[in-house]
Amino acid sequence: MLDKIIIEQLETLAGKNNVLTSKVDMVAYSYDATADLPRQSPDIVVFPTSAEMVQEIVNLARRHKIAIYPRGAGTNLSGGAVPLKKGIVLSFQKMDKILEVDAANLTAVVQPGVIIAALNAAVSPHGLIYPPDPGTVATATMGGSAAENSGGLRGLKYGVTKNYIMGMEVVLANGEKVRFGGKTVKNVTAYDFSNLFVGSEGTLGIITELTAKLIPAPKYRRTMMGIFKTLTDAGNAVAGIIAAHVIPATLEIMDRMTIRTVEDFAHIGLPVEAEALLLIEVDGMSEDLVHTEAEAVMQVVKDNNGDLKAAETDQERDQLWLARRNALPALASLNNTVVLEDATVPRSRITDMLIACEGIGKKYNLTLGTFGHAGDGNLHPTILCDKHNLEEIGRVHQAVDEIFKVALSFGGTLSGEHGIGVAKMKYLGDELGQSGLNLMRSIKESLDPEYILNPGKMVPLQEN
Amino acid sequence: MTTTEKSPVTPGGKTYHDDLAIVREELDKCMKCGNCMSVCPVYGAEKLETSVTRSKIAVAEAVLDGELELDDPQVYDMLFNCLVCKSCMTGCPTKVDFGRIIVALRAALVRKNGLPWLKKMIFSTMKHPKLFDAGLRIGAAMQSLAFKSDKTGKAISPRSPFALVGGGIGFDGDRQMPALNITPLRERVPEVVNADNAWMKVAFFTGDSLNYFYPDAGMDLIEVLTANNIEIHIPKAQNCCGVPVLVHGDIETVRTLARNNIDAFDKTGCEYLITGCGSCGGAWQHDYSDILAADPVYAPRAEYWAKRTYDISTFLTRVITLRQPKGRVERVVTYHDSCHLKKSMKVFAEPREILKSIPGITFKEMSAPDACCGSGGSYVLSHYETSSIIGRKKIEDINRTKADTVSVGCPACMMQLLDNVHRGGEEQAVVHYISLLAESYRKEKN
Repeated sequence: MLDKIIIEQLETLAGKNNVLTSKVDMVAYSYDATADLPRQSPDIVVFPTSAEMVQEIVNLARRHKIAIYPRGAGTNLSGGAVPLKKGIVLSFQKMDKILEVDAANLTAVVQPGVIIAALNAAVSPHGLIYPPDPGTVATATMGGSAAENSGGLRGLKYGVTKNYIMGMEVVLANGEKVRFGGKTVKNVTAYDFSNLFVGSEGTLGIITELTAKLIPAPKYRRTMMGIFKTLTDAGNAVAGIIAAHVIPATLEIMDRMTIRTVEDFAHIGLPVEAEALLLIEVDGMSEDLVHTEAEAVMQVVKDNNGDLKAAETDQERDQLWLARRNALPALASLNNTVVLEDATVPRSRITDMLIACEGIGKKYNLTLGTFGHAGDGNLHPTILCDKHNLEEIGRVHQAVDEIFKVALSFGGTLSGEHGIGVAKMKYLGDELGQSGLNLMRSIKESLDPEYILNPGKMVPLQEN
Repeated sequence: MTTTEKSPVTPGGKTYHDDLAIVREELDKCMKCGNCMSVCPVYGAEKLETSVTRSKIAVAEAVLDGELELDDPQVYDMLFNCLVCKSCMTGCPTKVDFGRIIVALRAALVRKNGLPWLKKMIFSTMKHPKLFDAGLRIGAAMQSLAFKSDKTGKAISPRSPFALVGGGIGFDGDRQMPALNITPLRERVPEVVNADNAWMKVAFFTGDSLNYFYPDAGMDLIEVLTANNIEIHIPKAQNCCGVPVLVHGDIETVRTLARNNIDAFDKTGCEYLITGCGSCGGAWQHDYSDILAADPVYAPRAEYWAKRTYDISTFLTRVITLRQPKGRVERVVTYHDSCHLKKSMKVFAEPREILKSIPGITFKEMSAPDACCGSGGSYVLSHYETSSIIGRKKIEDINRTKADTVSVGCPACMMQLLDNVHRGGEEQAVVHYISLLAESYRKEKN
């Protein structure tokens, strides 16, 4: 429990309306969207309304050594928003203004609480888009997705959040406010701070403003589906599409388990005997170019023994997308707990990784389906289990350990888009080695020596 | 999505209404993904995690685990800060039936603490239709003391001393409500309304809102059916559908109301039950079979009617083919999807088909037509501020269409929209969509 005096001070500097302390409220901020993690209630939730207010809160927290957890919508998948060591949840839901849309410079300046979809709605009249599209675009905030460096379905062609953050205002653990980057495409002034704070999961500083890059919305698109009898054919098709120098906006894959589950769930006419399915979308500003790319993709699918479905209308496109949209809901319907990983491998190892995941599922006798972003090697091995069955949960943990091990052995990485948080922290050394862990710690300690910012995430606390 | 799965019944004959532990499996389905944040109207207005569905589920889990007390006043407040609009069920990837969860929670609260005296008084009157009817009639006769009429005589606003008292709950002098009509619908018509060359008969469940607040819309519904040569049975013994009581957790009262209604409609010998209100229709389609699941006598009857209940628009376009209207109705019309009509009864295409088939009507779709209007029955009274924020957004969407008429298929939304049009609208008419069809049929005769 926080000292009454500290609560009163927070109420004074944030306003009583912007502070929550009841037990029920604390339960509501004790989790994020990560499965299989214990909940932890904070002591207090504060809704700042300005960067200056954030500074004052940080100064107060530092004086009393109270932890602070910046929070957007709480939709992340690695435990990043769980207040592990109690303290202050700093919820940015009330800093949700789009400050500027600058169509001439293709930028937008936003407060961290702006929902991604709201930014897209605001820039669409200018014919522009903000491309990063994690599955949570309708709920997640810009601040949260920048802190988590979230990805999405268009990563292959359009990149991820870090490619679209041009500047920031950040409040540091020492209470100072710093601004860097801006509207210029080129900027090599000083260190590349944006890339340090994007993906820092709230452990290095608190984002209070963002300058985001926008691009013209593609005018044309074609959507196709390839259905394959073997994983090898599907993997070869992915490689073939890239070899044909087509970079699709979307290149998604689903394994047999996922296909069957989706079909049982949604009855949309998927071939349940297929081993893999690719959903491919090409887009661009010129109809000719999109047409040519679509033709090339279709040829590759055929060359690799795939059955092809191509959408001619928006309605047919929606039909093709139904399979992918239902992947997670369908798998999730199989049991009460969804352990959704995001181990990522180089594109050329997609087939190997899919086969390995299937094997791991069998080895530990688990229900495991894999789908994901074949184009960028970011797969989602998804384990469906019963959280009340501790023996099974034990096997899930072993399987997850093995999935990461395999991904790293293929030259991949622990996380493509969900982040490290608490969920994957113990594996960090396997990828970075001791020197990498040392670098993490020295960066953390130089910016937040007292571990008041989102403690226990990314860099383990040294408890003695 | 409303679960079509049958409500689980324990060996001891309990449903989730009687034992909170039964919803555990439903709670387990929630991944806390937060998709409900994008559709929950209360969250949209308040932007608090405690406003949204997933946190109510987390709190329910904490209650079942003994970490929170169900009758903690803050738990109580949180559980009642929900419109029961079921919007969260539309985008839920794991199809959590939050409609069942919230009712189970509120029922558990009532079991533990009893009903607040005011609710107790109102709900117990509802079990005695004659008493309830008398109460509303006294209200009708007295309303001129407390409320002033507008120029049409169909809408009223509180007079000043009452406005002062009621200001905090939205009964300020600006509030508009439908006038309580002196002659309720069911007294304007006989129990059986004959039609020329009748080739079919249906039973009409009026619900309280069409009976007491919008009897003209009820008359329009009857007129449309007779214009299609259908005989209508309107049992006088029917009472409130029970939804307003159900969402407050007074389960035994709802069971009584449901059994009364089933008895009344069994006697009609009809095979179709027609409603003009999404909440009433949803009660017959889903809630009655849920609450009576353990009742050996009434469970099969509830199931029988669940399959035979139709919103008037579905009946006109899917069961029969309505006689094409020919009279011109020169209006620019938009349509608001009532939550219970769309999210519980899955009715959204049919009213639009009807509206578009009426000569003279220019149909304009508003953005987010299925966003809740903020009514939630009594929610508008208990949470007036949040309800107003939700309602204002709806009115802005309506204003942008430039429509002169807002059509809707649920009387509770009509009340909310009437008040909000008065506050922030552009004098749009608020009508039940069936009234526009009736208007077209009437104009054929001129």
